[in-house]
Amino acid sequence: MAGGATSGGNAVTDTYKEARNWLLLPAWVTLGILVLAPVLLMLVYSFLTKEFRGGVIWEFSLAAYDQFFFDRGLFGDDPAKIEWTYIAIFWRSIWQAGAATILSLVIGFPTAYFIATRPEKQRVIWVFLITIPYWVNLLIRTVSMRFLLRDEGPLNSFLMTTGLVDAPIHMINTNFAVQVGLFYSYLPFMVLPIYAAVERYNFTLSEAAADLYANKWITLRHILLPAVKPGVVAGCILVFVPSLGSFLAPDLLGGAKNFMIGSLIEEQFKGNAGNWPFGAAASMILLTMVLIILVIYARAQARSDKEAG
Amino acid sequence: MKKLLTTTAAATALLMGATGAQAEGKLAIYHWFEYIPQDLLDKFSKEHDVEVIMDTYDSNEAMLATLKAGAIGTYDVAVPTDYMVSILIGEGLADEIASGELSNIGNVKAAFTDPAYDPGLKHSIPYQGGTTSFSVDTAEYTGDIDSTDIIFNPPEELHGKINVLDSQGEVLALAAVHMGIPQCSTDRDQLKALNDMLQAAKPHWASFNSDTAKEVLAAGDVVAGMIFNGYAAKARETRETLKYAYPKQGWVNWMDSVVLLKDAPNRENALKFMDFLLEPENIAQVTNFARYTDVVEGTAEFIDPELASMHESNPPAGIEGVFVEACDAETQAVYDKIWTNLKK
Amino acid sequence: MTHKRYDIKSYPGFLQITLLCLFVLYAPLIVVAIYSLNASASIAVWEGFSFRWYVDVFTGPESAKFKTAARNSFVIAIIAATLATAIATLAATAMVRGGKFRLRAWSFGLISLPLMVPEIVTAVATLIFFNSIGFDRGLLTILLAHIAFCIPFAYLPISARMQGIEDSYEQAAQDLYATKRQAFTKILLPLMLPGIISGFLLAFIISLDDFIITNFVKGAGVETLPTAIFGAVKQGIKPNIMAISTMLLGFSVLMVLISYLVSRTDKTS
Repeated sequence: MAGGATSGGNAVTDTYKEARNWLLLPAWVTLGILVLAPVLLMLVYSFLTKEFRGGVIWEFSLAAYDQFFFDRGLFGDDPAKIEWTYIAIFWRSIWQAGAATILSLVIGFPTAYFIATRPEKQRVIWVFLITIPYWVNLLIRTVSMRFLLRDEGPLNSFLMTTGLVDAPIHMINTNFAVQVGLFYSYLPFMVLPIYAAVERYNFTLSEAAADLYANKWITLRHILLPAVKPGVVAGCILVFVPSLGSFLAPDLLGGAKNFMIGSLIEEQFKGNAGNWPFGAAASMILLTMVLIILVIYARAQARSDKEAG
Repeated sequence: MKKLLTTTAAATALLMGATGAQAEGKLAIYHWFEYIPQDLLDKFSKEHDVEVIMDTYDSNEAMLATLKAGAIGTYDVAVPTDYMVSILIGEGLADEIASGELSNIGNVKAAFTDPAYDPGLKHSIPYQGGTTSFSVDTAEYTGDIDSTDIIFNPPEELHGKINVLDSQGEVLALAAVHMGIPQCSTDRDQLKALNDMLQAAKPHWASFNSDTAKEVLAAGDVVAGMIFNGYAAKARETRETLKYAYPKQGWVNWMDSVVLLKDAPNRENALKFMDFLLEPENIAQVTNFARYTDVVEGTAEFIDPELASMHESNPPAGIEGVFVEACDAETQAVYDKIWTNLKK
Repeated sequence: MTHKRYDIKSYPGFLQITLLCLFVLYAPLIVVAIYSLNASASIAVWEGFSFRWYVDVFTGPESAKFKTAARNSFVIAIIAATLATAIATLAATAMVRGGKFRLRAWSFGLISLPLMVPEIVTAVATLIFFNSIGFDRGLLTILLAHIAFCIPFAYLPISARMQGIEDSYEQAAQDLYATKRQAFTKILLPLMLPGIISGFLLAFIISLDDFIITNFVKGAGVETLPTAIFGAVKQGIKPNIMAISTMLLGFSVLMVLISYLVSRTDKTS
């Protein structure tokens, strides 16, 4: 299988062993300077003092994190209480991203399963159909969704001309619109890993269950689902994580009224707020959350690999 | 690998070529969105053989944030509103125009040559003036619209059908007008009351948007929306039942100005552009497009006659609007907090 | 496939859900494609079939802006994808063929960093970085940012492909007195070509698609297609935007088709 990586010790591996640091150097330099260093610098910025109307003063300060977690009243001299506002924004983001993930799972799982159980030649076409929209610019897809969901947009006029509803359903600038937008943006990320897992699933297990007179749905629940769980978890993470920090869907579909994390951060750098250390702190908190999720996932993955192997 | 490198080199050359000067010089404008007609920029471009590039912003505060986030030194001119002109000057972001550098400065109407935000017009030229209040779709709402209650204490029919500008200065100024308190108040009770009033009003608002302020009204997504007067006139062209309100409590007056920015990469062209905008024929084109008011002598003959008579440019006599004020750092911190409370 | 097995596999309603899924994915795109052919200047009413908005994109008042934006987008995407693919190919060779080594896990972490860090965070961090070192923002800052975040997207298909190639070919070549360099350029690279092409196309699309990071690091007057479109739609969706979107849609589909055909010829050979 992974010939070069595992066989080790032959002439080919030796060849690349000598050169491997040189081969990796461009990647180290590019990513080190353009991704890692900026993220570390942002960590530093989150501990600096805010300059009036944008920018930073190079003086150590915990003000950004203090603002995030503590409420000291309008004038800054009330006794500190827990500040729920930003926690609420994070909570709202988690909730929205979670709802979008569940929506994707409910639609994505049957779809992935259906595709994986088609004859091999058909499968390619189905997968192709699912992935094409992903290749279309995310901005364009979000704009299209906004156009579709407007009060006087095509969806409402369709519903009204068919007589399904009397008055337009108000969808734009609601939480629902944001969830639909997120769901729509990342749905292929849910379908593909589940598809891959189901495709590898050995259906003789289900057959054995059927032979033992297990009901189809019981088979699905107790035999298939545990077997394809890694795919489901991977799909959920791939939808949840980008949804958490999304900016376009809340901005274009949510009316920018109910902040999500992405908009909160953007506002600190491009909008009215102009509070760089606070924006950096919020970014660090978001990044920490995402890394925690990924570490838990990696641990669980490693554990199940160990159990399997 | 060699082929790869040559391709990349060629592409890089193309990229650099794309940024390189194609015209005699360049002019980089940082401007409000949907404000200046492309034709006029093309005309300037042709007359002076200058390549004009323009970026847009949707609030004074966003413009300031971008300039401070490293964009100063890349733009030649920006078009802030009165109070923001004085902030830019105070922040050292505006360059000084020496006397004699602008040959058309004499065209500015006498009443506007010494504004409080930029005494003696040392950094800016007046561009367009107007008012900010709100428009209401009178087909959907038949009550009295001439009160700031429409936005800050809305009747039940308007709940969830209001758009508010995503612009700290104008929203907080209009809120102060609504409550009858000064704009840079240091009175704790007033500030608390302002904060409470906004918090109570917020649940009734549908969205915070400046750049879609016209669209949401014209498309019927909201029934009432804060808007600038000329923009309101444009919205009315699409939806005739929209009416611009002149609240009895007052409204926000403003004067947008073209400011010469510090470290302007094309200072010469920026001055040429300012002179260009002080010619009656040219500034009239902006007026006709944006539907506000200019303050240059001799533009009358070029201006769309409809502008003078339209409702949006004729505030009722007897009520005064207010200009947005720039507060000092300490006071501003409280207002920033109130705004953050509102936005979050 | 026996009747019984097929029966076990199928669940009622799954086909319907799949069709619903496709409907949700395509409905907005199709609606936009249809409305781009609307003769009316208003997006709310249908006034008959017309190509006028496609003509408008190339000749209308905003055409110059969109032409520049499109040129910027494509030039940046080509350079960023090329460099990212080159860097990713070298890195993948070391990671897959280099045996086990201490920095391997760290290198993998670094390469996948842009995938793990939320895009808005990368955008903010890059802005702070360029700002603090006083790097003037313009096309070059966009390009640098794009090269960095395209690397993992190019890396994934390339390393996946390389893992599927036995090193016995290169070994045989070396046994036949091919130099190390020849073993790499004449044997490994050609075998990896499908993976490299997929990686390039993926990176290309990702670069072309990016809005958030570009929006944060772009300089005065520098627009790419996404930022230009975003600027335009903020003031309302106009028919010419729909026409541009539909053309980009067509272009993306074309790219996927090419990518698909490349991977197919690979299987048959």
